[in-house]
Amino acid sequence: MDRMPQWADVVLIPLISLILAAILSALVILGIGEDPVAAVRMMVNGAVGSTYGWGYTLYYATNFMFTGLAVAVAFHARLFNIGGEGQAMLGGLGVALVCLHVPWPHWSVALVAAAISAAAFGAAWAAIPAWLQARRGSHIVITTIMFNYIAAAVLNYMLVTALRPRGSMDPATARFPEAVHLPTFQQIFSSAGQPLFRGAPANISFFVAVFACIAVWALIWRTRLGYEIRAYGHSETGARYAGISPFRITMIAMLISGGLAGMMAINNVMGEAERLVLNATEGAGFIGIAVALMGRSHPFGVFLAAILFGFLYQGGAELALWTNIPRELIVVIQALVILFTGALDNMVRMPLERLFQAIGRKRRDAGEGAPKPGPRSAQHEPEPEP
Amino acid sequence: MSADDPAERQETAVPAIELKGISKAFGPVQANRDISIRVMPGTIHGIIGENGAGKSTLMSILYGFYKADRGEIFINGRKTDIPDSQAAIAAGIGMVFQHFKLVETFTVLENVILGAEDGRLLKPSLAKARRLLKELAAEYELNVDPDAVISDIGVGMQQRVEILKALYRQADILILDEPTGVLTPSEADQLFRILHRLKDEGKTIVLITHKLREIMEATDTVSVMRRGEMTATVRTAETSPEHLAELMVGRKVLLRVDKAPVRAGRTVLEVENLRVIDEEGVERIRGIDLKVRAGEIVGLAGVAGNGQSELLEVLGGMRAATGLVRLNGEALALSGPGSDGQARRAAGIAHVPEDRQREGLIMEFHAWENVGFGYHRDPAYRRGAVFMNNAALRADTEAKIAQYDIRPANCWLTARNFSGGNQQKIVVAREMERNPDLLLVGQPTRGVDIGAIEFIHKQIVALRDAGKAVLLVSVELEEILGLSDRIAVMFDGRIMGERLPGATDEKELGLLMAGMAREAA
Amino acid sequence: MDFVTLIQVLDSTVRMATPLLLACLAGLFSERAGIFDIGLEGKMLAAAFFSAAVAAITGNVWLGLLAGVGASLLLSGLHGLASITFRGNQLISGVAINFLAAGMTVLIAQDWFEQGGRTPSLTGPGRFPPITLPFAESLAGVPVLGPVYSELISGHPVLVYVAFLAVPASWWILFRTRFGLRLRAVGENPAAVDTAGVSVVALRYGAVAICGLLCGIAGAYLATALQAGFVKDMTAGRGFIALAALIFAKWRPWHAMWACLLFGFLQAVALRYQNIDVGGFTIPVQAMDALPYVLTVLILAGFVGRAIPPRAGGEPYVKER
Repeated sequence: MDRMPQWADVVLIPLISLILAAILSALVILGIGEDPVAAVRMMVNGAVGSTYGWGYTLYYATNFMFTGLAVAVAFHARLFNIGGEGQAMLGGLGVALVCLHVPWPHWSVALVAAAISAAAFGAAWAAIPAWLQARRGSHIVITTIMFNYIAAAVLNYMLVTALRPRGSMDPATARFPEAVHLPTFQQIFSSAGQPLFRGAPANISFFVAVFACIAVWALIWRTRLGYEIRAYGHSETGARYAGISPFRITMIAMLISGGLAGMMAINNVMGEAERLVLNATEGAGFIGIAVALMGRSHPFGVFLAAILFGFLYQGGAELALWTNIPRELIVVIQALVILFTGALDNMVRMPLERLFQAIGRKRRDAGEGAPKPGPRSAQHEPEPEP
Repeated sequence: MSADDPAERQETAVPAIELKGISKAFGPVQANRDISIRVMPGTIHGIIGENGAGKSTLMSILYGFYKADRGEIFINGRKTDIPDSQAAIAAGIGMVFQHFKLVETFTVLENVILGAEDGRLLKPSLAKARRLLKELAAEYELNVDPDAVISDIGVGMQQRVEILKALYRQADILILDEPTGVLTPSEADQLFRILHRLKDEGKTIVLITHKLREIMEATDTVSVMRRGEMTATVRTAETSPEHLAELMVGRKVLLRVDKAPVRAGRTVLEVENLRVIDEEGVERIRGIDLKVRAGEIVGLAGVAGNGQSELLEVLGGMRAATGLVRLNGEALALSGPGSDGQARRAAGIAHVPEDRQREGLIMEFHAWENVGFGYHRDPAYRRGAVFMNNAALRADTEAKIAQYDIRPANCWLTARNFSGGNQQKIVVAREMERNPDLLLVGQPTRGVDIGAIEFIHKQIVALRDAGKAVLLVSVELEEILGLSDRIAVMFDGRIMGERLPGATDEKELGLLMAGMAREAA
Repeated sequence: MDFVTLIQVLDSTVRMATPLLLACLAGLFSERAGIFDIGLEGKMLAAAFFSAAVAAITGNVWLGLLAGVGASLLLSGLHGLASITFRGNQLISGVAINFLAAGMTVLIAQDWFEQGGRTPSLTGPGRFPPITLPFAESLAGVPVLGPVYSELISGHPVLVYVAFLAVPASWWILFRTRFGLRLRAVGENPAAVDTAGVSVVALRYGAVAICGLLCGIAGAYLATALQAGFVKDMTAGRGFIALAALIFAKWRPWHAMWACLLFGFLQAVALRYQNIDVGGFTIPVQAMDALPYVLTVLILAGFVGRAIPPRAGGEPYVKER
């Protein structure tokens, strides 16, 4: 119900949720005998205090933009895709196959091909749960979780058998050829006199991710397909009335979602590791859930939330390096963000709604005397387009 | 009626229920405003009012489902707090909700004892309930198989289970909320026989309905509600349907819609041997034939759940079927590609669906987005191959808001923020302005205020006068009789007969709706 | 496979099936009451850590069990708060709880023990010892039945017997008691329970608490009986396999036991044999790992019988007329 102005829904609720998560995280840090202020200072220094830190922050953020967008697109169709992790793993497979088996003349061509291949693999991995949901009614949350495990087994098998170079003990592919190495921020932004982003993994795929944010925004809010996805997400019976095929939307939304998750591989596999290793995704698929929830499934929100989580990831790594706080602190923060912005949403929302209602009533009473029964919309102002 | 005149008792006895000054608001909507009422023991007390008048809210407060903002409740003269259903049950109140509250996978017996078990183990409770159920069945003609699973029995039976639940909890006061909505007239008659039997045993019965006929036939006293207020309480014997109708709507109502004589033209819609089998494998439409001509309104009467909804859904492209449907002489696809809502719209069918909140509108969408709903692929709303032309859509919305007097006149509000009547106007504006060959209209005035009802009826008639074909589905017989040029009655997936509105009455239609009197056609 | 090996594999099956069974019954109670719980994994993990940690510190495994159950109950309470009181999304709440447990256990383990996110190895009274059932030794010599009794049935930690006794107990509670009737009703149609004058909220919290209790025992078993201490992410997806078993069992206790034994058997086989030769064709170990998940997907797809979850599952209850 629109009991609050939209800005409160879009800005205030995520902000309050974030503050709550931050307070609890600070308590956790206190609880393990460390100083939260010092910890934050160290995180800020480590993550955004240098171009090196930024290089890592943005590298992580790139991963999270892809997976966050993946979850967000599915959310718009009211599908909860927990399978981003598995889809990103398969995307890695797609990248590795393209990079290893085709002699690419230039990284740019390879990037396009790898992105397409990654998206195709990720989409294919999402297509099965999508089809099972649309045609057989299998709960997509459970099937995508199962597909994460199956993906891990598939990847494991591929890496220890077919893809492992002869004589290597490591369950990983061979290194990708020089020609497909993506330009890093260091190569892009450094000048002869001033080296920037030295050694940091951020690379050209960051811009692909930013482009993906814009593309998803246009898709959801400006195209007919986006209109149909949102309509289906709000009401399945409504979609049937309007001649929007639930099967088609479920499939398309999940293909796009899986494709986006898969595309993450151009960053972590092609851009950073330059080979496919076990557990290359490092849980980024799951962080996408937190990012999408926090960003309210809006691409711009996803962009901001991804950078925030990139910051947390890099900052957390610094903490783990210099203090007794393990990296798992990030997992805790991620959990708290999911908890407050996702599951306990109403805990933040209900008091706020009451507050805004009280304000609305006061304003109305002052304006036109006693409240009248009737359409309850009188007190609303026009809202800006999201 | 019983020999002992209930009206007389009313003067002397302590009321079974007395409500004093009950008020309840949901957000800015005042559902009940300072309501006082006395219900005398051993009577059937009707509460009548339009949809949204606040009847159900009032009774839900009495059953502890909602908490009143202000006011007091007295049961048998004692002030009683009813914070939850438990307290209501303890006070001897039983309620039969409009939508039954039964566990579908449980047996009748399990449903009856749920919440009223004796002790922690089930076995003794079930044995006792079985015994008691047998006694109740004999006493009130409430026969049901105690071991039947709820999902296997019909709605009439399910309603009996609800009544048995209340009686098993030794309720002295029984509230029934719109109990006949899902029943055929004969099932309803059966229900009223049971209610009279209960009354004779000294139970107090509150009957909530918006149907005048039921009030006149079944009740001793009737209270009228309008817009959250109690406008009158009168003895049924001393009033008339016209008077009650006036009290309900607050002014003399036009039961007939003004319209010119029908000038039907060529056949627009032709349905032949249409059959529908639903998701559960039940045949909902069992071979029907129907014609709708240009310039005529055909009304489909029937108790909810007899196939009318499914027919609209088939014609609107929401459901697959077999058989033959021709529009302007051309056969429509009834399943597979080309049978969806988009294809129907392209063929010239517009559809005001029965449930605007779940079908006709996306409640979270802005008004302007809803004005494009279903027509979002229209070239006028398109920019290039993939993009929407939102500006065009908004301009179009502004025009419709002005033309149909939609309030508030703000195309940025979400559908949820419009009243029922204005929501319906958005749907009606969208569908009528397509200038369709055939308009499908389902329950056009359900939950719509009086002013908007009149407006919507006029629009439908205007479209008919412009030479379009209209197929109207409504469970309100008055609406069917007032609007239609021809009436078809559906029962159990079949068309029982066709009548002209001038040559029939509610009674005959009621019999047809009950599946009887096919020979009387 | 000879008889001795078979007994060994089945023995291992029982041990692997026990945590699955406890978690599966936990999920059964929760989901039968209409609360989806994909946070079984997290609750088990938290219980595994706290039971091992307290057992390591106090040297008393029973105190450890208590602590594990306490931790699991706390997370259950959080899930209840989110999904019952605040009517949040139950799936998202479950996801959050899984991450919360994954992070917090390592964080606290590092703070308390500084061994890289693990607890010290448990010894002696810090672990649940195997119990020798009466006559196990004297009957060991009897052919076939002797080894079955003395090796397979006897000689497990007490929690194994608790798990398998929990099966008939769960069945009895669900289908023979008032509480069970109401619990099943609240998962099918909470409005029916509410209008019958029974508190939906209390019932659901009750179910969630039982879920927490059983998950707690499952986690404690993992860390103090199956293994000797906590290591990071030691549940290794068992919560999800339990969920799979629950769907496989169509939310019925006895079927849950057979499903868990099946999945336990798969784990036991995968543990013992790396690659299995079947007539010249080698089944890789990864295929064995993935088999429970593949089976679940097939069941969910309705290719192996239809699984219909409790009707009100996943939906927060809002009063409506």
